[in-house]
Amino acid sequence: MAKRVLMTGNEALGEGAIRAGCDCYFGYPITPQNELTAYMAANMLAKGRVFIQSESEIAAINMVFGAATTGARAMTSSSSPGVSLKQEGISYLAATCLPAVIVNVMRAGPGLGDITPSQADYFQATRGGGHGDYRTIVLAPASVQEMHDSAVLAFELADKYRNPVLILADGRLGQMMEPLVLTEAEPVRPDKPWTLGDSAGRKKRTIRSYYAGKVEENNLRIQEKLRRVERDEARHEPHLMDDAEIMLVAYGTSARLSRGAVDAVRAEGVKAGLLRPQTLYPFPSEAIRSHLDHVKSVLVVEMSGGQMLEDVQLAVEGKVPTHFHGRMGGGVPSVADIVEEIHLLL
Amino acid sequence: MTETAIYTRPAALEDVSMHYCPGCGHGILHRLVAELFDEMHLRDKTIAVAPVGCSVIAYEYWDVDCTESAHGRAPAVATGIKRAKPDAFVLAYQGDGDLASIGTAEIIHAANRGENYTTIFINNTVYGMTGGQMAPTTLAGQVTATSPKGRDVATMGYPLRMCEILDTLEAPCVIARTMIDGPGGIRKTKTLLRKAFDAQLAGKGFSLVEVLSPCPTYMRLSPTEAMAHVKANVSAYFPVKIFRDRTVE
Repeated sequence: MAKRVLMTGNEALGEGAIRAGCDCYFGYPITPQNELTAYMAANMLAKGRVFIQSESEIAAINMVFGAATTGARAMTSSSSPGVSLKQEGISYLAATCLPAVIVNVMRAGPGLGDITPSQADYFQATRGGGHGDYRTIVLAPASVQEMHDSAVLAFELADKYRNPVLILADGRLGQMMEPLVLTEAEPVRPDKPWTLGDSAGRKKRTIRSYYAGKVEENNLRIQEKLRRVERDEARHEPHLMDDAEIMLVAYGTSARLSRGAVDAVRAEGVKAGLLRPQTLYPFPSEAIRSHLDHVKSVLVVEMSGGQMLEDVQLAVEGKVPTHFHGRMGGGVPSVADIVEEIHLLL
Repeated sequence: MTETAIYTRPAALEDVSMHYCPGCGHGILHRLVAELFDEMHLRDKTIAVAPVGCSVIAYEYWDVDCTESAHGRAPAVATGIKRAKPDAFVLAYQGDGDLASIGTAEIIHAANRGENYTTIFINNTVYGMTGGQMAPTTLAGQVTATSPKGRDVATMGYPLRMCEILDTLEAPCVIARTMIDGPGGIRKTKTLLRKAFDAQLAGKGFSLVEVLSPCPTYMRLSPTEAMAHVKANVSAYFPVKIFRDRTVE
């Protein structure tokens, strides 16, 4: 049996990235993700890989951009205000079809907010976040094991689609400790016949997003790719959904608490279930719709003012009532609060 | 009598018309860089970084691998490239708005880390691409689209001398300023560029050559007047000199 280790979510994500073949890490200090940067500082350099504490979040994402042009697997991590600063760079990564991994261990906002956990960056994460028409693939881990696993998957998807991938966690997932099993699999590295450098015997290559008068062609290529992402990469985990009449939809920390609430009301005989999106873009809309023949009402639980709620409403198309329970600004719903919300739906 | 070609287009310079205005320094500087790519056999190992500004499509003029970079971020992009691929020859080309205004933090910190890549910093004292606005290097009193009565240093600050700022740092290997004011200045510029390229190839760390350059369109002068202005007025505020040369140490 594989050996289990005990780590924080932030460290597990870092170790997953290292095992996934992360060649370069660039980051800037911000709570509550500092353990990840420190883990990379200690372990990347020891393995002869690249680690730089950058002068800013903006520099970090642009270092990622530079490293990615050479075919290196590159990553940066931050928390909400820092990820806002990276948005221009993420737009350039998406526009130039460069693979990269960005981690957002969300904290309370808007503004400086504070360092407590939050899920209020959902819109920013799933709608593109920066300027122009693009999306980042968004993974939503809900355990320390998944923090680790999402790093591996993020690098694979980034290379597969030549698109930035965002891991959207929150401060609680980053800080808490759980046992996990580390991957022993060798990273799979696809050929990258587009990288810069070593150009002997071939024509020069250019990485660009500036196409004066022809920008729509680049947009159409990006959109075609995103349709494939939407078709093939939506992921979710159902819990007691087969006969559920009340469907909870939640991701990350909210999903853990919602699962506790579902189990609690099941003990009372209430037919509740949880559908947990593991990808937020693409959103598992089809999975949600597939349950609408037996679900009578939906409850969305988030640590936000109601952001994923809109994607659930789009998926449900008004066929059943969709309710919301959220806490903001670092507030975390309790299992008892969610149970009470479920009781109100009966 | 046989004919001998003594002046031809460098192989690393694409055979296309450039979009630059008549008398602009970019075309001259692009050619010097292409000559050095040829003479130093750098074509196959070069990754160039193009900025945002008039030289945004430099990659259409050089026959080398090249990436664009967001406005001001060329030093961070170059850092990422060079750290990920240390055997590449990395050349970042930046204008004054790019390097000395929106990208001030990136250039100072790349220089301070001693990143082993080369920067060509072309300083023509205006934002050209966007229509001749005031640059961080616009001279006192200079009329631009956003300083219509001339740069008032009391409210708009003084032109930034980037070489002097960077020369306070410990890590850089080469810091020099030169100018395109005629054939002599062009030859000296090429010599300094070669020195900077050599520094990187020898692994000696950060090298930067600032090139004072004419922008006839937004200096509102003829091409020859613009070169004379660079020599008489621009270089009076931005002294042409080698600030740092640790290639011999």
